[in-house]
Amino acid sequence: MADTVAESDLKQTPLHDLHEELGARMVAFAGYSMPVQYKAGIMSEHLHTRSQAGLFDVSHMGQAILVGPDHETTARALEALTPSNFVELKLGRQRYTVLLNDEGGIIDDLMVTRSVSADDDGRLMLVVNAGRKDIDYAHFRTRLPDNVRLEIVEDRALIAVQGPEAVAAVAAHAPKAADLAFMSASSMEFDSIDCHIARAGYTGEDGVEMSVPAGAAEPIARALLADDRVEPIGLGARDSLRLEAGLCLYGHDIDETTSPVEGGITFCMQKRRREEGGFPAAERIQEELRDGPGRLRVGLRIEGKAPAREGAEIALPDGPVIGMITSGGFAPTVGAPIAMGYVPTEHSELGTQLELIVRNRRLPAVVTDMLFVPNQYYRKPKS
Amino acid sequence: MTTYYSKDHEWISVEGDVATIGITNYAQEQLGDVVYVDLPEAGTELAQGDDAAVVESVKAASEVIAPLDGEVVESNEALADEPGKVNEDPEGAAWFIKLKVSNPEQLSELLDEAAYKAYVETL
Repeated sequence: MADTVAESDLKQTPLHDLHEELGARMVAFAGYSMPVQYKAGIMSEHLHTRSQAGLFDVSHMGQAILVGPDHETTARALEALTPSNFVELKLGRQRYTVLLNDEGGIIDDLMVTRSVSADDDGRLMLVVNAGRKDIDYAHFRTRLPDNVRLEIVEDRALIAVQGPEAVAAVAAHAPKAADLAFMSASSMEFDSIDCHIARAGYTGEDGVEMSVPAGAAEPIARALLADDRVEPIGLGARDSLRLEAGLCLYGHDIDETTSPVEGGITFCMQKRRREEGGFPAAERIQEELRDGPGRLRVGLRIEGKAPAREGAEIALPDGPVIGMITSGGFAPTVGAPIAMGYVPTEHSELGTQLELIVRNRRLPAVVTDMLFVPNQYYRKPKS
Repeated sequence: MTTYYSKDHEWISVEGDVATIGITNYAQEQLGDVVYVDLPEAGTELAQGDDAAVVESVKAASEVIAPLDGEVVESNEALADEPGKVNEDPEGAAWFIKLKVSNPEQLSELLDEAAYKAYVETL
């Protein structure tokens, strides 16, 4: 509980006063004062997001734009640093990727969006983790070619609205949001305020992430919270929601020592990139794709009620330690403890019986699909 | 019966040589939704300052520190099935352990209700 950073040294988001007004418990996170929970509490906030809609302040995350002379140039510059295909990313489409270090470890995971308008093509919008901003930006500055520059966006807030009612609640103010396909984005007005809205998120639910002018963040949040379906949700439930959806938390489930193959996020590597390489440590990563990695991130269901948290050891039944939990906790939607962690690939098969060591006791656990809760991402009806 | 409090946010209710120990309402508010309580077995010898129990919320695990030396004579097994009782009735039905006190003089180090309330005010 003890914060090592003095309260006064923490940065505040444009929604700070609103959090306090809503009775949030504020904590230090990545150098920001952020709401970990509101009055309802993590459990209730989590379940509300799954059943209706939650509003999350994610303004601490880094927003930046890669600006180049044309799409191909900017996309190639980003492809040199990541294993994803950006050249063929369509206008207004979004893609998840990782910045790779020269050993094939992950410097950060990020979302990349190609501008929807052909008029300002050549721009790729990035959203990076709060705690990795400085490292990412320095990396870009060192590695980008002269004709592509990094523009850091400091004057915008980021608001996520997630849950089965999220898009309906947002569309009441920004009707065009209802037309967005999953992993696509567009500029649009929200009550006549210019916003950039993407249909994506970090909960496994349908929903949006809205980049909004900092000065308009509070009126936008208030307009959404005035909707009975929308409740404010803190970082506590954000973490339990993403864990249930099997999504990685940077610095925990993936980091500079894990490759995207080990991390089980090869969906960020499209066919052309896998075949052609041309990204940092391509040789290692292509070899892991071909022969399988030495270890793999897996999901774990724990028997009984005791949660196993980050740092708990994973062992073979009555046997030696073979790995470590990277995220774990009680899953409110599942109603049981769940976890994810790394094990040698030969022990990663679904259904494998393992043990988690918690306070010197061995808890039986079984390797399961990391989608602990089926995702509810929006699929456009076929017309 | 006299009730004492610790700065670790425990209440200690003493009757004869047995202390019933739980966490205060302030502690349960700070923890949030309790999802699991790990209690010591009867017969466990605890020294003041030992980790006596663990209470887990959605967010984190927190140790409950033994406020006194003693031997656990009973732990509240109802909390295994209904950990949420800790949020509902922390200073009543959701007691954690009963301890046979071996060093009654340690009670003088604890706070009375007024002193504990004053302490919480400073947090």
